[in-house]
Parts: sequence; C-alpha cells; structure tokens
Amino acid sequence: MTAPWTADEEPQVYAVERSGDLVHVRQAIRALAQRCGLSLVDQTKMITAASELARNTLTYGGGGTVRAGLVSANSRRGVGAVFEDTGPGIPDVEQAMTDGWTSGGGLGLGLSGAKRLVDDFRLRTAPGEGTAVTIIKWAR
Amino acid sequence: MVKRDNAVDLVGLLSVEGQDLAASWVGEVTGSLGGRVGAAELNRELRELYEALVEALRKGATDVHSEHMSEVRAHLTELSRNRARQGFSPSETAVSVFALKRVLEPVLEKGTADEIRAYLRLARILDSLGLFTIETYTQTRDELITAQAEQLLELSTPVVRLWDGVIAVPLVGTLDSARTQVVMEKLLQALVDTGSEQAIIDITGVPAVDTQVAQHLLKTIVAARLMGAECTVSGISPQIAQTIVALGIEFDGIVTKASLADALKLALRRSGVDLVAHTGAQR
Ligand SMILES: Nc1ncnc2c1ncn2[C@@H]1O[C@H](COP(=O)(O)OP(=O)(O)OP(=O)(O)O)[C@@H](O)[C@H]1O
Ligand SMILES: [Mg+2]
Repeated sequence: MTAPWTADEEPQVYAVERSGDLVHVRQAIRALAQRCGLSLVDQTKMITAASELARNTLTYGGGGTVRAGLVSANSRRGVGAVFEDTGPGIPDVEQAMTDGWTSGGGLGLGLSGAKRLVDDFRLRTAPGEGTAVTIIKWAR
Repeated sequence: MVKRDNAVDLVGLLSVEGQDLAASWVGEVTGSLGGRVGAAELNRELRELYEALVEALRKGATDVHSEHMSEVRAHLTELSRNRARQGFSPSETAVSVFALKRVLEPVLEKGTADEIRAYLRLARILDSLGLFTIETYTQTRDELITAQAEQLLELSTPVVRLWDGVIAVPLVGTLDSARTQVVMEKLLQALVDTGSEQAIIDITGVPAVDTQVAQHLLKTIVAARLMGAECTVSGISPQIAQTIVALGIEFDGIVTKASLADALKLALRRSGVDLVAHTGAQR
C-alpha cells in the first residue's frame, strides 16, 4: 500500500541510517506541511508523528527509508509519508499498538500516539521481512 | 602474459623519454585551482601521487580498489581531505585527477592504435580515481559537519542563573536525543554548582516534542526532584500542548507555566521572595 502521491510531484526519499537523519526527516516534513498549508497545530502533529515513526525505523527496523511528499484525493491535499525498513517486523501488532507497551525502554507511545496525530495510518509488517507505516495528514 | 603487456602499455604512457609529464600535470592543476594551494605543496602532492600511480600500474593494478592501489588511495585520501578542509568544491577536487587525462591527450593524435587503446584503459582508471576523491571529499565534509554540530551542541545550551537559587535553561531548536541529554546533564550539574532549588526549563523555542524528548524531560525532572530541587516547564505552545495530549504523554505532577515570566514568578514565590510593585514606579 502506498500513498496517493500528487501527480507531477515525485515523493522524495530520505535515508534513515543514523540519528542525525531524523533531523532531515523532520525538516522535510515541516517544509511539505507548510507548502500544503497545514495549520500550525497540524504541522506540529505531522512532524511529531514522523519523528516517532522514523525513530522506530532506525531503532527497531535497523534503518530504512522515508518517502515523503504531497498527496491528493477527492480534491483534498495533504502530506504523506511512508516509513519503511527491512528489519525483524512486528510479531504482535495489537500489542505494539497498545499505549505504554514497549520492547525497548521507551514510553511505548510512538506507534499508538502517531496514529492519533494523523488522519490516515496504515501499518504493514511481516516477521523477518520488515515494516512499512504510511501516514497522511490532510489540509483542512 | 596479456596482463603484463597491458601493464607495460599503461606505464609507458606515463613515462615518456624526455618528457616531464608530472610537471605538465602540476601546471594544469595549478591553473584550475587559481593559486589557492601553495605551489610547493601542490608539486609535492601530485608528484608523490604520480609516482605511486606508476608503481601501482607497473604491478598490474586495474582500478582504484585494486590491492596494488593502496598507496595511491592513501595519497588521494590526503589530497581530498585537504581540499575539503580548505573549502574547495568537489569538482575542484576531482579535476586534479582528471587533469592528468588532458595532459596525456596528445597521444590520441600522434599515438599508435595500441597507445590509444592504452590511453582509454588508463582514462577509465583515472575516472575511478576521480570518483574516489569525490567520495572521500564528501566523507570529510560529513565529518566536519558532525564536528561542528557537536560544537554547536555545547554552545547552544546555556544554563542561566535568573535569581539566587533559580536557574533556567532556554531550549531552542530541534531537540534530538544527544542534545536533550547534554542539556539535561548540564541542568542537573548547574543545580549542584549553584546550590539552586528551582529550575525552569523553557521550551518556547522548541518546534516539536516527541516521546523521546518528553522522556528526557520527565527523567530530568525526576532526577532534579531527587536532588531536592523543583522543576517548572514553561513556554509550552498551544500546538505542542495539543500534540502532547494526542500522543498520550502524561505530564501529571509536573508544574507547567505558559511563559517564562510566570515560571519565574512561581519559582521566586517558592523560594520565599516577595515581589512588590511600587506605585510610584509606574510613571
Ligand atoms: N519498525 C519497527 N520494526 C520492528 N518493531 C517495531 C517497529 N516499530 C515499533 N516496533 C515495536 O513496537 C513497539 C512499540 O513502539 P512505540 O513506538 O509505540 O514505542 P517505543 O518506540 O518502544 O517507545 P516510544 O514511546 O519512545 O516511541 C516497540 O517497542 C517495538 O518493539
Ligand atoms: Mg517509538
């Protein structure tokens, strides 16, 4: 499953290989959110969700990529991002999506919180193959 | 057998009786760098590289990653690192290698078919050397940027004393894990050094608070409490407040104030300082 990228607007791919890369991801999402005309609150929510998912890609997925760009559907515009890794995958998605559940000493709020911060949230994962999370925030 | 012949051809191109090709190379590169590298230094750099290259080709090296090229790689690495530090562009760096192709170009007009074939093979090797300089250049630049970021990390996290017993740390910009960690350690140290019992963490300048930043904040506040100090978090913007709530982070039991001024007032009150407005001072 991929996001409905806006025609003529190739999504950009960002590497997530070290913690310094998270800064680039946040900046890219901020730039997109501003271009798309998201409100300040929605900008902050989208950036924060991206920060959570990109860190999971790095920490648990062992690194991967973020594809981010403008999306459009039914004459609405938004910002979309896909976080992909080829790590171990998530064995129990329901557990991982539970507030407060963490396997690594975090707050266990990244996945579940990111879902609440955005409008569309899709998680695809297979043990041993990796994880892909797609999020979209629509302009109001 | 074939391999040795090839090697001889390539070396032959670079060592023509009665011609100082290395000197022509140095001349060509000097022009492209506009005198920004000292003549003596450039001469030494390129002549050493030249000798290493001839030696590597003599041993049958066929590209930059060959075992026999290790000396050449060392020289190229040094050259690229120097250029990166001196502020040259990647093309200005790679052109030093590519200039050698230009020096050898006359062979294309006057040379035999074998020599022309040798030139083309050597050109391919030189291309790989050129790309190697660009890679090394980029790596060096990345290292420089990381080093600067680390310096900035130190610089950008002042802990200020606002009043007797009240310290504050204004956080500005994106908070990554490393930076938050540094700030928090500095804050705890400053509590000890100044004997303060009130600390204010002002996040007015922070664009986003995610679970990691929140976790660092929470841990610091707990640590400060264990040291007998009280923390106030100020400057939580409306958008950050809403994001924190949606994320599900609980700031229960943590005192927050909208502005640094409010946080300072609270800290002073807690330290037993009374602020009295003079009626006469209003004019
Ligand atoms: N990309 C991924 N690959 C594999 N496992 C993952 C991935 N993302 C999340 N997980 C698993 O799901 C758990 C919950 O993730 P979540 O982001 O909600 O919490 P956390 O990262 O542990 O803590 P934090 O609140 O700091 O984000 C993780 O502890 C991890 O075990
Ligand atoms: Mg997480």
